[in-house]
Amino acid sequence: MTNPNALLHRRDVVNELLRERGDLLVIAGLGAPNWDVSATGDSPNNFPLWGAMGAASMIGLGLALAQPKRKVLVITGDGEMLMSIGALATIAVEKPPNLTIAVLDNERFGETGMQKTHTAAGVDLAGMAAAAGIRTSRIVRTMEEVTDIRNLAHQGKEPVFAQVKISPEALVFVMPPADGGILTSRFRQSVLGDEALYN
Amino acid sequence: MAGLEAKSEDRAQAPSWPDEVYRVLKEAGVKQVGMVPDAGHSRLIRAFEADPETRLVTLTTEEEGVAMLAGAWLGGQRGVLLLQSSGVGNCINMLSLPVICHMPLLMLVTMRGDWGEFNPWQVPMGQGTKAALEAIGVVVTRVDEPDLVGQTVWGAANLAFNTWRPAAVLIGQRVLGAKNFKELARK
Repeated sequence: MTNPNALLHRRDVVNELLRERGDLLVIAGLGAPNWDVSATGDSPNNFPLWGAMGAASMIGLGLALAQPKRKVLVITGDGEMLMSIGALATIAVEKPPNLTIAVLDNERFGETGMQKTHTAAGVDLAGMAAAAGIRTSRIVRTMEEVTDIRNLAHQGKEPVFAQVKISPEALVFVMPPADGGILTSRFRQSVLGDEALYN
Repeated sequence: MAGLEAKSEDRAQAPSWPDEVYRVLKEAGVKQVGMVPDAGHSRLIRAFEADPETRLVTLTTEEEGVAMLAGAWLGGQRGVLLLQSSGVGNCINMLSLPVICHMPLLMLVTMRGDWGEFNPWQVPMGQGTKAALEAIGVVVTRVDEPDLVGQTVWGAANLAFNTWRPAAVLIGQRVLGAKNFKELARK
């Protein structure tokens, strides 16, 4: 029996979010969320960020609006989400039904020495998302709740926000290609077909 | 604020260049418009508000639009970012994204802090706009003649969408008309 109060492990969470992912499109925020997504296996349907902190959720919005028949999952960190917290308001107003944002919240800036983020002091990201107008917005502490988020992402009925509380562990880096041109071209080829290479 | 802008616009003759820009952007296939409003873009924004084929997204800060239009491109849609020169400063690190990923990004920047400016707080960013954009790798074209705005936007759109890089058009205050809130303040 596992300890019900234990924090979740980030790679368990991402493995579950991406279980039987089908044609799910995934944006990964810079740093550990990028390595976590890449650890499940490199895919042309991933767009893992190596920089542009604060971009992940809004890339998700632009993609979700452009591809309304596809499901888009953004997996990012608490520091990255805090940097573009206003994006939650923009996304709430636009209400893309096919966009899910999962924040892996270790309450730390992991890449820079594990300094505390505002969530360590109790800032409630899920509450902020709900107050912005994202109705399905949850703090997630169990794998069963992670499974719910995974299923909601595949249903694509409304925008979903999840603040997943995870252990502040530093794991081995698993890196995708770093060349932004390759990441962009292969993603577009996968989503749009070979003609994307000629346009 | 809205009242002040409406008044200053009423006094100027309604310019036609925004209509030409709208036509150019439609021909370029723009489907997503991100914007933090500026009085100089108000006529163009109204045109997009009335256009059911285009998604007009109001942003809380301009760099959101840089990221949104990167996502649009990944999903096969073209877009445009409408902003004031002060908002260019907000975008700088986010512009790493289209620069390093070879993505098109078309930015239409209405200038403050140059010709005829009355507000000293607008001047530092206005004077730094072109240098800041060029420093991060954006191709910048400036236009100061109303008759040339449409073809300048056409050129920047082609450059951006055909060569996959960010391009900005700076629309000068000589085109927009310098505003002066002091005239509207109580004496």
